[in-house]
Amino acid sequence: MAVDLENMARVFVEGLPHGRALGMKLSVIEPGAAEIEMPYAEHLIGDPQTGVIAGGAVSALMDTCCGVAVSSHPDHRSTTATLNLRIDYMRSATPGQTITTRAECYNVTRSVAFVRATAYDEDRDRPVATATGSFTAGGKK
Amino acid sequence: MKKPEPVQVVKQRRDSALRALVGTVPYLQFMGIEFDRRGDEVTATMPYKDELIGNPMLPALHGGATAAFMEATALMELSWQMLWSDLENGKIDVAELTPDNMPRLPKTINFTVDYLLSGLPRDAYARARVIRSGRRYATVHVEAWQDNRQKPIAQAVGHFLMPSRDA
Repeated sequence: MAVDLENMARVFVEGLPHGRALGMKLSVIEPGAAEIEMPYAEHLIGDPQTGVIAGGAVSALMDTCCGVAVSSHPDHRSTTATLNLRIDYMRSATPGQTITTRAECYNVTRSVAFVRATAYDEDRDRPVATATGSFTAGGKK
Repeated sequence: MKKPEPVQVVKQRRDSALRALVGTVPYLQFMGIEFDRRGDEVTATMPYKDELIGNPMLPALHGGATAAFMEATALMELSWQMLWSDLENGKIDVAELTPDNMPRLPKTINFTVDYLLSGLPRDAYARARVIRSGRRYATVHVEAWQDNRQKPIAQAVGHFLMPSRDA
C-alpha cells in the first residue's frame, strides 16, 4: 500500500508535463501530506534585476503539492482539481536555493478537501510563502 | 500649435516599450506568455504547449500554470501602467530602456485564484484590471478565458507592493 501511494504520487509530480518542466521532485509522501522540491533554475527567474524566482513558479509548486496531499488522503484517494488557492508571499526566495513545499490536507468532506501548505528555501525558519486551498473531493472513487 | 506625432512613431514607441518590459523576464519566455496591445489595453496570451498540461488523462492545463499566467498578467499590467505615464509624458525614452534601468517590478503580497472551468489544451487569454493603485499597495483583478470570453476559466485577485519611485 505504501509503495502504491508513493508510486502514484511520484507519477503525479514527476510524470506530469508541467511538473517535469519545472523540475519538481517528490521528497515525502504520507497519508494526507506531501513534500515537493523545486531546484533553482535560470528560466524560472521572475525578477531579472535580483534573480528571484517568479511567484508563478512557486504557485505551480504549491498547487501541485496541495493536489498530491489531497490525493493521498485516506478518505479520498483519487484525482482532484483545485477549486480555489490563495498564496501569501512572506519574502523573496533566496536566488540559487531549492524551494521545498510541504502540504497537509487537514479536512475532507463528501465534496471538498481543505489544504494548507508552506514553502521554504534552505532557511527553514523563515517561510517564503504559505497557501490555503480547497480542492474537489468525492466524485469518482 | 504642436503637430500631432505620426501614428507609426506613437505605435513604435509603445510597442517597443512593452517588448522591453516583457523581454527582460526569463519566466515569461519559459512559459511562452505574450502580450498584445491596443492603446493602453494589454491582453496576455499563453499559447498552448504540452508542458502546460497538469492532467494528461483529461487533458487539462495545470492549475499552477493558469495561476502563474494570471499573476504574470497582473504584474505586467501594473508595470505597464507605471511605464505608460512616464513614456507618454516623455520622462522615459524607449531608446534608452535597458534591462538594468527598467522600472522595478511590483512584488506580489498575495494572490487568490478561483478555478471556474477546466483549462482545455488550447491557447488561454487574460486581462487584468487595476482596482486601486496607490503609492505602496495595489489591488488587481484578473480574468482568464479560452474560446469564449463570456466563460472565464479562472478569476483572481492579487495584492502587490509597489516599487519605490524616487523623484
